[in-house]
Amino acid sequence: MTQNKLQIPGRIQPAPENFLSETDNTRARQARRGFMGKALAMGAGMSATQVIANRAQAAAKGEDAILKLPPHTTGLGQPVAARGYGLPSKWERSLIRRESPGLTRVSASSVSFCPLQGTFGIITPNGLHFERHHQGWWDIDPSQHRLMVHGLVKEARVFTMDDLLRMPATSGIHFIECGANTGMEWATVAVPTVQYSHGMLSCCEFTGVKLSTLLDMCGAQTGKDRFVLAEGADGSSMTRTINMENAMDDVMVAWAMNGEMLRPENGYPLRLVVPGVQGVSWVKYLRRIEVGDQPFYTKDEVLHYVDMMPDGIHRQFTSIQEVKSVITSPSGGQLLLDKGYQNITGLAWSGRGKIKRVDVSVDGGRNWRTARLQAPVLSKALTRFNIDWVWDGGPAILQARAVDETGHVQPKINQLRAVRGTRSIYHNNAIQSWKVVESGEVSNVQVY
Amino acid sequence: MKAIKYFLSPSILRTTALLLSLIAGGSNMATAATDKPWSNIGRAATSDEIKAWDIDVRADFTGLPAGSGSVSDGNDIWEEKCESCHGVFAESTHVFTPLVGGTTDEDIKTGRVANLNSGTYPHRSTLMKLSKISTLWDYINRAMPWNAPKSLSPDEVYAVTAFMLHLGGIVDEDFVFSNENIAQVQEMLPNRNGMKKFDGMWHVNGTPDVQGDNCMKDCPVETERSSLPDYARDAHGNLAEQSRIIGATRGAVTIRPKTTTLAQTQQIARQITVPGAASATDGQAEADTKPEAKSEAKADPDADAQAKAMAQKFNCLACHGIDTKLVGPSFVEIAKRYAKQNGAEALLVGRVQQGASGTWGPVPMPPNAAVNDVDGKAMVSWILRMAK
Repeated sequence: MTQNKLQIPGRIQPAPENFLSETDNTRARQARRGFMGKALAMGAGMSATQVIANRAQAAAKGEDAILKLPPHTTGLGQPVAARGYGLPSKWERSLIRRESPGLTRVSASSVSFCPLQGTFGIITPNGLHFERHHQGWWDIDPSQHRLMVHGLVKEARVFTMDDLLRMPATSGIHFIECGANTGMEWATVAVPTVQYSHGMLSCCEFTGVKLSTLLDMCGAQTGKDRFVLAEGADGSSMTRTINMENAMDDVMVAWAMNGEMLRPENGYPLRLVVPGVQGVSWVKYLRRIEVGDQPFYTKDEVLHYVDMMPDGIHRQFTSIQEVKSVITSPSGGQLLLDKGYQNITGLAWSGRGKIKRVDVSVDGGRNWRTARLQAPVLSKALTRFNIDWVWDGGPAILQARAVDETGHVQPKINQLRAVRGTRSIYHNNAIQSWKVVESGEVSNVQVY
Repeated sequence: MKAIKYFLSPSILRTTALLLSLIAGGSNMATAATDKPWSNIGRAATSDEIKAWDIDVRADFTGLPAGSGSVSDGNDIWEEKCESCHGVFAESTHVFTPLVGGTTDEDIKTGRVANLNSGTYPHRSTLMKLSKISTLWDYINRAMPWNAPKSLSPDEVYAVTAFMLHLGGIVDEDFVFSNENIAQVQEMLPNRNGMKKFDGMWHVNGTPDVQGDNCMKDCPVETERSSLPDYARDAHGNLAEQSRIIGATRGAVTIRPKTTTLAQTQQIARQITVPGAASATDGQAEADTKPEAKSEAKADPDADAQAKAMAQKFNCLACHGIDTKLVGPSFVEIAKRYAKQNGAEALLVGRVQQGASGTWGPVPMPPNAAVNDVDGKAMVSWILRMAK
C-alpha cells in the first residue's frame, strides 16, 4: 500500500466521528483543539512545518480502526442462541418498513413500504416484505385453518394444513407488486425516496402446491369461460377473480416464503401466489377457492384496482404488472459522498416473463447504455441490474428502462398519460428519474 | 360441448379407470392412483360447510340470500354502527374515502356519472364508481362493520344498503330493498355504464395499451416537468435515519436545509449515525424501546394483560392503538391528557359506556353498552397507567 492511499483511508473518514452523536462530536473537537493549543504553546519552538510533519507521520502510521484494537477484538462476545430467532444488526435498524404519512388515515387499513434503497440482490427479507392490510392482520392457529375448494367441481373438498403440507410441493421466486405501487406519482412527483415511490414491491421464494393440482384433485372445470374466486379468512375476507389461464399455469397455494412459514403480516398460514399479477390477487389467509362461470365482480375489481381513464370510464380486470424498473441507488433522498466511480444499481421486473434488457441513462433520457443483468434472471421475478458510472460532480438525471422477453418496453410517464390521463391510481410502470445536483443530493423528478 | 369436456376431465378418467379395475376384480386398484398418488388427500366438504363459507354474491345475484330491509331501518343501523367512521351522510373523509356524493338524477338516467368525466368534483365516492349493486351488498355483508365484520343479518345488509342508496338520491325514503327488486335497483345505479373490461392486461399473452420506445442515442427529451417541492423534502421524516451508515451513499439530512457544495455534504454525511445504536447493547431488539413493551413491563402484568384482552374483546383496539393514532386517539395520548386529572377514571368509564364526541376531533366514539363498570374500570386504569 502506498503512503498516498494511506492518507485517504475512506471517502468520508468514517471513524471515530461516526460512532458519536453530534454533541459528542462537538465536545471531541473542542477537546482536540484544547490539546492542540496546549501542545503548540508548550512546544513554542516547534515550527508549523514540524507540526505538519508530525501529523503526516501519525497518518503514515495508519488508522485507529486498525492500530487500536476495539473491544470486539479483545473481549468475549455473545453466546449461541442468545437470540432464538436472529435479528438484523442494531446498525441496520434504519432500514425498516415504513408508512407514508398522510396516505391513509387508519393503520389497520394501510400499507407499509419496503426499504428498497437498502436491499441487495433480488430477495426481500421476510421482515421487510411490504404490507397491505384492508382490515388488520391476524396470527391464525394453523391447526384450525382450512382451505375449501368448491363450485364447478366434481367433488368439493376441504384441506387441512396437514393435508396441504403433505402435497407435492413446488417453489418459485416471484415478485409481488401492489397494483397501486407508484400510484402517488401519476400526476406529479409526490414522495422523496424509492421506498415510498416503489416500495410496494417485494420478491421471495414461495413454496406451496400448484393450484392446478388442487383443482385437478377436485375434478374442477377449468376450460374457457371458467373463473376462480379466491377468498381470505380474515375480517375483510378479501376476494378476487383469478384468471383460469394463470390458475392452470403457475398460481400456487403457498405456505412458505424464503424457507420459513409465511409471516402473519403476509398471510400465515396460507396465501395465494399469482406470479406476474398485482398483489391484491395474492389473497392472504386463503380459506376458499370457488370455480365459477363468470367473473365475480368483487369490491376490489369494481371499486378499486380499476384504471380511471380520461373520459371517466373505469377500466376493469387490468391485473398484469407490466415491465418496469427503478434505480435503487443512487436514488431520491440519498447523498452521493464523492465524485468518481459509482455503481448504479436497481431492480427490473415484468409480469409477463423474464427481463431481457435494462438500459440506463445519466443525462435524462437522451443517451442510453445497456446495464449488466445479474444472475439469476427469472420469469416474473425481480432482476438486479448494475452499470458503471463516473460522476464528474455536475448535474445528472438517472433513469432506467426495462425491456421484457415479450418485447414490451417500459414507457415514459407522458406516454402513459397520453393514453390513461393523470387521474388513474393503478398500474403506473413509468420510467423513474432521479436528479443529482452538485452537492451530491439526489431527488425525485419527472423528466420525459 | 361442456358435457364432453367434463366427461374427459382427468378426475373422471381416474374414476372410470378405478371402476373398470373394480369390475376386473379389484386386483389392480392401486395403479389407478399411481400417476397421482396424492389424489385422495383431503376430504369431501359437507353441504353445511359450503353454505357457511360460500357467501359471495355475483353480479347475476347468484348467492344473494332472500330478505328485505327499509331505508328507515337502515337509518337506525347506520347511526349505531356506520356513522362513527363514515359520517352522518356517508360523506365523511375523516377515516375512509366518502361513500356517497357526486351523483345526480341525470346520472341515474344515463348510467354514467358526469362528475367522473369532468374531473372537477373533489372526491370519487363509492356511489360514483359503483357499477354493480351486488358488489356493494357483498362487501357490506362480508366486511362491515369494520370492527365486527359478518355481524349483520341479511335483512340488515339490505336495510343499510337501502339507506346508502337513499342518501345518494337513488331511492325514496319509503323504499324497501329486497332480493325481489335488486335487479331494478341495478338499473338505477348512477355509474352502471361506467365500466369497461380491458383484456390486454388480464391475459398474460395480451398486449398492454402503452409502449415505451427503444431509442438509444440522441433521443428526444422535454425538460424537467415536476420535482419534489422543498417543503416535502422532510415530509417522510429525516431521510438520514432511513438509510444505512455505510456504502456509497447516505440518506439526506432533511432536518437541515439543503447543502450547496459537495464539501458541505461530506461534512454533514460524516455526522450521520444510527439513533440509539451506539448505546444499545448487542442483541437488543428494536421493539424493546417501544412504549407498548414498556407499559406491559410495569407493576401488574396480569392486570395489564387482562385489560388488554378486554379491550380486544370489546373491539376498542379496532379504533384505538396503544401508541399510534387510528380512528381515535392512542391510549398513550389519552393517558397523557387525563392521568393527572381528578375523577378521570369515572369520566372515561362513562365515555366508554355512553360514547362521546368532540373531545379528540370530528369522529365520535360510539357507545359500548356491553362494557360493565368493573370491566370499564379495569380497562381505563390500564390505559391511564400508560402515562409514564
